[in-house]
Amino acid sequence: MNTIPEQNFLTAEKGLKSWLTTLDHKRIGILYLISITFFFFVGGLFALMIRLELMFPQDEFFIKLDDFNQVFTLHGVIMIFLVIIPSVPAVLGNFVLPLQLGAKDVAFPRLNLASWYLYMFGASFALFSIFTGGVDTGWTFYAPYSTTIDRSVISMTMAVFIIGFSSIFTGLNFIVTIHKLRAPGMTWFRMPLFAWSIYATGILQVVATPVIGITVVLLVLERLLGIGIFDPTMGGDPVLFQHFFWFYSHPAVYIMILPGMGIISETITAMAHKNIFGYKAIAYSSLGIAFTSFLVWGHHMFVSGQSEFAAMVFSFLTFFVAIPSAIKVFNWIATLYKGSISLDTPMLYTFSFLILFTIGGLTGLFLGTLSVNVTLSDTYFVVAHFHYVMMGGSIIAFLAGLHYWWPKIWGRMYNEKLAKIACGMVFVGFNVTFISQFLLGLKGMPRRYATFTSEFAQLNGFSSWGAFLLGAGLLLTAIYLIHAVYKGKPAGNNPWGALTLEWTTSSPPPHNNFEKSPTAHYGPYDFDKIVVESTLDD
Amino acid sequence: MQSIDTTGTFLLPPQGSTMAADVDALFYFIYYVSVFFFALIVGLIILFTIKYKRRGKPGLTSGPTHSRPLEIIWTVIPTILVLIMFGWGFKDFIRLQVMPHESYEINVTARQWQWDIIYAEGVTSVNELVVPVGRPVKLLMSSRDVIHSFYIPSFRVKMDVLPNRYTNLWFEATRVGEFPLTCSEYCGQQHSLMRGTVRVLTEEDFETWISENANLLENLVTLEEGGELIYNKFLCYSCHSVDGTAGNGPTWRGLFGTMERLEDGSEVLVDENYIRESILNPKSKIVAGYQPIMSTYQGTLKPEYIDAIIAYIKSLSN
Repeated sequence: MNTIPEQNFLTAEKGLKSWLTTLDHKRIGILYLISITFFFFVGGLFALMIRLELMFPQDEFFIKLDDFNQVFTLHGVIMIFLVIIPSVPAVLGNFVLPLQLGAKDVAFPRLNLASWYLYMFGASFALFSIFTGGVDTGWTFYAPYSTTIDRSVISMTMAVFIIGFSSIFTGLNFIVTIHKLRAPGMTWFRMPLFAWSIYATGILQVVATPVIGITVVLLVLERLLGIGIFDPTMGGDPVLFQHFFWFYSHPAVYIMILPGMGIISETITAMAHKNIFGYKAIAYSSLGIAFTSFLVWGHHMFVSGQSEFAAMVFSFLTFFVAIPSAIKVFNWIATLYKGSISLDTPMLYTFSFLILFTIGGLTGLFLGTLSVNVTLSDTYFVVAHFHYVMMGGSIIAFLAGLHYWWPKIWGRMYNEKLAKIACGMVFVGFNVTFISQFLLGLKGMPRRYATFTSEFAQLNGFSSWGAFLLGAGLLLTAIYLIHAVYKGKPAGNNPWGALTLEWTTSSPPPHNNFEKSPTAHYGPYDFDKIVVESTLDD
Repeated sequence: MQSIDTTGTFLLPPQGSTMAADVDALFYFIYYVSVFFFALIVGLIILFTIKYKRRGKPGLTSGPTHSRPLEIIWTVIPTILVLIMFGWGFKDFIRLQVMPHESYEINVTARQWQWDIIYAEGVTSVNELVVPVGRPVKLLMSSRDVIHSFYIPSFRVKMDVLPNRYTNLWFEATRVGEFPLTCSEYCGQQHSLMRGTVRVLTEEDFETWISENANLLENLVTLEEGGELIYNKFLCYSCHSVDGTAGNGPTWRGLFGTMERLEDGSEVLVDENYIRESILNPKSKIVAGYQPIMSTYQGTLKPEYIDAIIAYIKSLSN
């Protein structure tokens, strides 16, 4: 029988104050987990409101046009800036990265706590904006609509600005942690691939995020002082805003997906008990993707009026993001070969990721191709593609990671049977929702439509039912995961029989992570050299 | 009146222009490449899961961790395939961007939330683009306010419409019929209602349509009747009611001759000159409580149309 160790980071100190002033990376990870989960459900509620309105072809069936435009904006802003961007790095990166490296904490624990406070401060600006006029610009804030509309654009963009700093600090912290705090024996190429992906993400966070900061400051100055940079009535250029915006927001897509890819490298090796295929290829492709992602922002703007020559270059480079992503998928698949494949929940989410991310990646080929992009851009095809990558990729990987590390975080296992049912609901619900939207886009339904003609009615109905199933699956997930925190069976140190360092310490880990400083004696996935038995009771 | 052409395949809308078949051919090429790779990946996951499913306690596993030939193959083949997609897509994109010399030009002005289609012959229509079949048509587009995007799914063409410059788009319709036209760049409250129809006519029917629409007021008896026609034709009703209900703009019912309070607190008498100014320079005097969202109808409404609207508004106060 496993037991929960008396002394662990959860019991080290008591009371709300000990949580709000903690410098422990594990506790900060949990603070992020709670806040991000809250916003995930708020954003999800907005998503369900969108689907309810679009369930039937009647105009203003559920909410008014103005409200619909606010709802889809808030869904986008919350899910992107408050949920997906911080999700994997700030929650799992915080909790797992120092453990994986064999470190006591991150390099700058105080900065780490400050990042969370900045995040909450920024999030309160977003809430303030919702209650003081709202925003209906879409998460893209395109000028001149955003510079002229009479709504709370300033507080919402300031939220983005502040949360951006939170993201920069987190990235910086992790880069330094990886450089300086690896355990003895842990060379760069003995580092878990999750750490590699967090490293590549950190570079993107530090280098790209300042650009969105500058962009929204210019937007605010335009609104307050009329400096005439984006608004054509004052001699500005609205297309310039799009260049600025996507110069950040394209790398941001990789801030969102790279950490997810890192999780998959961990779960697929542990659950298949198999050494990773092509370690270096995966590690380098993370850096390759990070670098190339800076050079493709113009592929969001093929019909914006940018020059044909620029469009050609951006299309060409875009295809070179596709290659390292494809290589990663092939590597993961090859990892399964001759493995010992367990079908526990983390693996089911890993397979979901592989399937959904593949669809997301392949549909990106249509959009990267110039002539096909002309007809598909700004339609529901883009919406569906984006959700396959962001939800089917990032969020599903996040769920894979949560299910994988949940017993490490709390020391307790969730109900596997419920977890598998919920995983099935999420997978089916997601596909019904968004395959319908691919078809809607192909048929020519533009995005951000509050109303539509009857030809689109059937597919929109399907999509809505899928979304409700997806929502129910996620709600069930929240319920059994929370239940496990209090009532789950003790999981033991190493329920999956994995080899990375976080599994060598107790679950939950002690305040200082390890009883004595660990040494990396072998690679993170050397399942061809050693076997560690699972501590899970049968 | 024909109805909207809803033919087309399971995946794609009908092909209404010379470009459509070419764009679709490339679409299907990418589609089949994608289906192949998707089937390959899912097939391998299923195969490996069945074959290597964990039974009992796991022991050492001994699969390969790298394979130079395999890695070269799965890098080179996708690279070749995407280069084909890039080159093919670029070739057709250039065709979409280069305007044919002998094309028929139409001006398109976008505004929140409608399309003003202005023909060289002095014809103006709203949300209805009427074009001849079998002749290249070039649209010279600009916006009066925010960014819009002009999109005809059946023609496989789309172009953003900007407030600070002209953008172009061309197509050659291949069949007579009606096709939907939409705005695909989010532009505010009624973005999803900024829809219209492309009506493709034979050359003869097109000439007839042009001559019939050259002067809308020709066959009408009274000026106010003409005003009502303009009110409906130019979608004034999307913001101004004529029965007193509230909208984005003041109702026209009982408006004429009243004093309106402006944003700055001053008052203005609604007379002929104020109405004319509000049509041609709408942002100069905004009535308190309303947003300055209307943009100018200079160049869209002929002077005699404005006369008719004034007469119509007057009639609504009697």
